Amino acid sequence: MKYLHSRNRAILSEMVRTDFKVRYQNSVLGYAWSLLKPLFLFAILYVVFTYIIPLGKGVAHYPVYLLMGIVLWNFFVESTIIGANSVVARGNLIRKISIPRYLVVITSSLSALINLLLSLVVVFIFALFNGITPSLSWLIIIPIIIELFAFSLGVSFLLSAMFVKFRDVTYIWEIFLQAGFYATPIIYPLTNVPAQYHKWFFMNPMAQMIQDARYVIVTDTSITIWSIIHSVAAYIPFIIVLAFALVGSLYFKAHSKYFAEDI
Amino acid sequence: MLNNKEIAIEVKDIHKEFILPQSKNSTFKQTVVNIVKRNKKVTQKVLDGVSFNVEEGDFFGIVGRNGSGKSTLLKLIAGVYAPTAGNINVNGGLTPFIELGVGFNPELSGRDNVYLNGALLGFNRKQMSRMYEEIVAFAEIEPFMDQKLKNYSSGMQVRLAFSIAIKAKNDILLFDEVLAVGDSNFQEKCIRQFKKFKKEKRTIVLVTHSMDTVEKFCNKVILLSNGKVEYEGDSAGAIDKYNTLNMETINQSLTKKSGEVVEISKVDILNSNGEIDRTLKPHEDFSIKINIKAKESIKDAFLAVRICESENQFPIIGFDNEQDKKDIDLSKGENNIEISIKTNPLIGGKYYVVLGLYDSSKRIINYYHYNGMLKNNLFMINKSIKGPGLVDTKRGWG
Repeated sequence: MKYLHSRNRAILSEMVRTDFKVRYQNSVLGYAWSLLKPLFLFAILYVVFTYIIPLGKGVAHYPVYLLMGIVLWNFFVESTIIGANSVVARGNLIRKISIPRYLVVITSSLSALINLLLSLVVVFIFALFNGITPSLSWLIIIPIIIELFAFSLGVSFLLSAMFVKFRDVTYIWEIFLQAGFYATPIIYPLTNVPAQYHKWFFMNPMAQMIQDARYVIVTDTSITIWSIIHSVAAYIPFIIVLAFALVGSLYFKAHSKYFAEDI
Repeated sequence: MLNNKEIAIEVKDIHKEFILPQSKNSTFKQTVVNIVKRNKKVTQKVLDGVSFNVEEGDFFGIVGRNGSGKSTLLKLIAGVYAPTAGNINVNGGLTPFIELGVGFNPELSGRDNVYLNGALLGFNRKQMSRMYEEIVAFAEIEPFMDQKLKNYSSGMQVRLAFSIAIKAKNDILLFDEVLAVGDSNFQEKCIRQFKKFKKEKRTIVLVTHSMDTVEKFCNKVILLSNGKVEYEGDSAGAIDKYNTLNMETINQSLTKKSGEVVEISKVDILNSNGEIDRTLKPHEDFSIKINIKAKESIKDAFLAVRICESENQFPIIGFDNEQDKKDIDLSKGENNIEISIKTNPLIGGKYYVVLGLYDSSKRIINYYHYNGMLKNNLFMINKSIKGPGLVDTKRGWG
């Protein structure tokens, strides 16, 4: 593949390596934090949502169910926010050297992806402790992660290119994410929402992915887009993902030529 | 084509315009306001139809005054900027040297930074491992390679960066005035490395202000002026053209200090034919013509003349009117003083006339000197005489 020939692979691997090394610089536990962070997050969520605000009453394996949602959502937030900033943050590099500009965005998404995979390891361990029996169908998580990665990469391409010219972009996006957190069934199960609204929730690709992942890994009582919508409309979230990936990369490609002088 | 050398870099009719920052929209509000107001874009033409070829093995110099578009051109070749119009084809791997240590991360060790920087220059881990020892040895910082870069002195950082770029074996190297790094010992090494490159027939493109560097290394030079190629050819011609161009601008930009009682308004160098000429021949008689405007008459003025090679250097020639027993009385209005110098003893090079004008009680009332920006008192002796000494005399052998 032309876009990933040896030179670009070398740049990607060095930049991701650097991101990873620098992230836990000067911390005693170092890389262990990649695992400890989701672990503590899980502990807090567990206490809050089973003892204080029992939103998930009646949902089987609710703690794991919750953690799965949070982990996927956090990936989306992390990769798009860092992604949106990535071009400007590496402005020094972009103004001085002619590496393909898209590598900078892919680097930030890959760094977030590594974190996601580590977090998923924690999710799987908790799933086992919670008495969930592993099965081959767990592998369906892989296409879901690919979809999630494509979605956040597309959004990152779009936002990062816009951010070069309009610095308002990240503020707007953060507000949007804040709203998205509550519009997506992450902390509450969809069963708490009147059934006639379910189909509208699934127009959000994040809802579709999170529910699918829960269905595959945690409990088959999870409501998915496939159980709600039986027409071609069920493909709308995928079309949205594709649209973002396409528009994002085309917009990025058109503007990346002038990044060096615009930053 | 007469020779069958491969073309390394082909630059075809490059134009580059920048949108000036004041008209750039950086928030949505400004964008909306600008849509309503229909602001015209303010653009600045930096390069205007530049074409040239760099052949394999060339040591190619790009010279020009500040703002002539040299650095923009280099960034276009490096692929950092996209041209507004025109084409650039580069054959082979290219190491751009626009700034040293691009992508260096202070939190990483020296070793990690070598690999990171190497990747950005187009080399993977395996290739870098093969060059690693040589890079470290050239930079002379073996014991520090496992320390974080932030603990390096700035000199060490620069040396490491320079070594990576110099040892990274790419076909084409682009340099933007990076020769002035490191201590004199390291500079010496870099010069040797440059000579080696020249011998190895590597392709090098160098942007510089230093005519010495051009003379020493470049076999082909282009001179940019206002975004156009003013000259293309060998280094000697480029240096001549560069100096002429400098003189022209200098003559245009003679500053007029108003409000002072006395003003040295112009200094001209006249050759043996009495013509204004800033390029003199060795052993030629010449004169310095000084034009002084005075607002009131000044009796018994004192004029000191120094001829120096650079600002802070001890003058090579120095004299004043008292020592020559010549009285200077300035009358109101224009005054011309001409000092003739017989048999120019200066060897080839650049010189500055530095003048100090004092009143009868030796208070300085005006001066005319080298001050970095305004080299309006510069003149040249062409380089047919170069010797070990500072000056050269006419002589006969018996």
